[in-house]
Amino acid sequence: MKNALDILGRYVLLMRKVFTKPDKSSIFWKQFFTDVEKLVLNSIPIVAVISVFIGAVIVIQTASNIESPFIPKMYVGYMARESLVLEFCSTMIALILAGKVGSNISSEIGSMRITEQIDAMEIMGINSANYLILPKISAATIFNPFLMLMSFMIGLLGGAMIIFITGIVTMSQYVDGLHYAFRSYYIFYSMTKMAVFSFIITSISSFYGYYASGGSLGVGSSSTKAIVASSVLILVANLVITHIMLV
Amino acid sequence: MIRVVKLNKFFGEKQVLKDISIEYQPGKCSLVIGASGSGKTVLLKSLVGLLPIDSGEIWYDDVLFSSLGEKEIKNIRKEIGMLFQGSALFDFASVEENIRFPMDFFTEWSKEEKLERVNFCLKRVNLINVNKLFPNELSGGMQKRVGIARAIALNPKYLFCDEPNSGLDPHTSILIDQLIAEITEEYNITTIVNTHDMNSVMEIGDQVSFIHKGEKVWEGSRNDILTSNSAELNEFVFANNMAKKVKEMMQQAAR
Repeated sequence: MKNALDILGRYVLLMRKVFTKPDKSSIFWKQFFTDVEKLVLNSIPIVAVISVFIGAVIVIQTASNIESPFIPKMYVGYMARESLVLEFCSTMIALILAGKVGSNISSEIGSMRITEQIDAMEIMGINSANYLILPKISAATIFNPFLMLMSFMIGLLGGAMIIFITGIVTMSQYVDGLHYAFRSYYIFYSMTKMAVFSFIITSISSFYGYYASGGSLGVGSSSTKAIVASSVLILVANLVITHIMLV
Repeated sequence: MIRVVKLNKFFGEKQVLKDISIEYQPGKCSLVIGASGSGKTVLLKSLVGLLPIDSGEIWYDDVLFSSLGEKEIKNIRKEIGMLFQGSALFDFASVEENIRFPMDFFTEWSKEEKLERVNFCLKRVNLINVNKLFPNELSGGMQKRVGIARAIALNPKYLFCDEPNSGLDPHTSILIDQLIAEITEEYNITTIVNTHDMNSVMEIGDQVSFIHKGEKVWEGSRNDILTSNSAELNEFVFANNMAKKVKEMMQQAAR
């Protein structure tokens, strides 16, 4: 318990250092766009591949589970859309990003810590936490919700692709299902979740990297802790946000 | 000038620095020597504010550094250059970008002015045509030189060097030592060097403080070291066979 409070205290103090006015805005924006490329754009391929396959699998599973003739086949499209938008494209993608982006951030900052590069910045009078972490949090929190939207589109395309290949239901039934009882609020809900998850991933990974110690083993261990902590917090946040926004 | 008064530092229950009082003068290379784990690096990091102290005072000229808030510390740090044990060059930046880094943050110089200053600093440490190289493309000695170039980029008043010779061959070590000494004298910098390399001590040690188990047990010039009566210092200085031989020869000559 004391340990958990200690971690929480250090996390809050670090975030206080992070959320200050950047020393120079031109340097912040340069870092911001570098991080948009590194954390968001470079994640597009893996997110696209996973989304297309999951979309296809959801369609097959839903279609093969609808045996009753009283349930219209268009429900395949409806179920695929709802599964993707409500849970898969935000929570599942966030868990994947916690592994990919989280380990990248914590090992990068952790290596800088153990090779005294962060100390070197501090000695120069630079707020290292602000310089290194704020652009990452901003880039991911602002742009990852659009990654979620992209994942949603590609997931639906994956579903359409498997229908085209297998003919498990007709394309018009699938498209009807996609249009059926559509609530744009769900998109907003999912994008909000993704923004919160992105904040969790980047801030937690940065925290563990920033306080890494004990050489390369320490960097590895901080990476693992970052991924585990981010994943657990994503699941908790998912529950809380869902309760707040959907109940 | 930097003045340390009765500085104490604890890690939990363990006291790692005990009542350290030292004065470092501008234009001189002040060396802090001692065995590994004696508290040298903790002292250096405490002096620059990377580690908080438990009691005592640290003065930078007329400013009580140890009582300053974060903002004021930041202002003092703009006058500090530091060379780290592993050079601590930024992996993500080229040599030129590394040296330009503090300029980007704290000056309004034009691109050309910055480049001119970068080239001047590189020339000062005897490096040319390395602007576009990255740290992993440089040898250990070159990395140290770039580290020094970055440390002097904004004309610091205070220069801190943590084990500047670690991992370097004896010839390169001497070159780095000479470079530090020249820069110190040239710009009248208050320079503090942490080392356990006796060659450095004999090369550049204008003022030498010996730290043993967190305590300053001896202080003097490089010429006083060989004739010191301090048992701890003698044990440290004459630890290897070559040094023991020198001591025997000195004693024989004295008889």
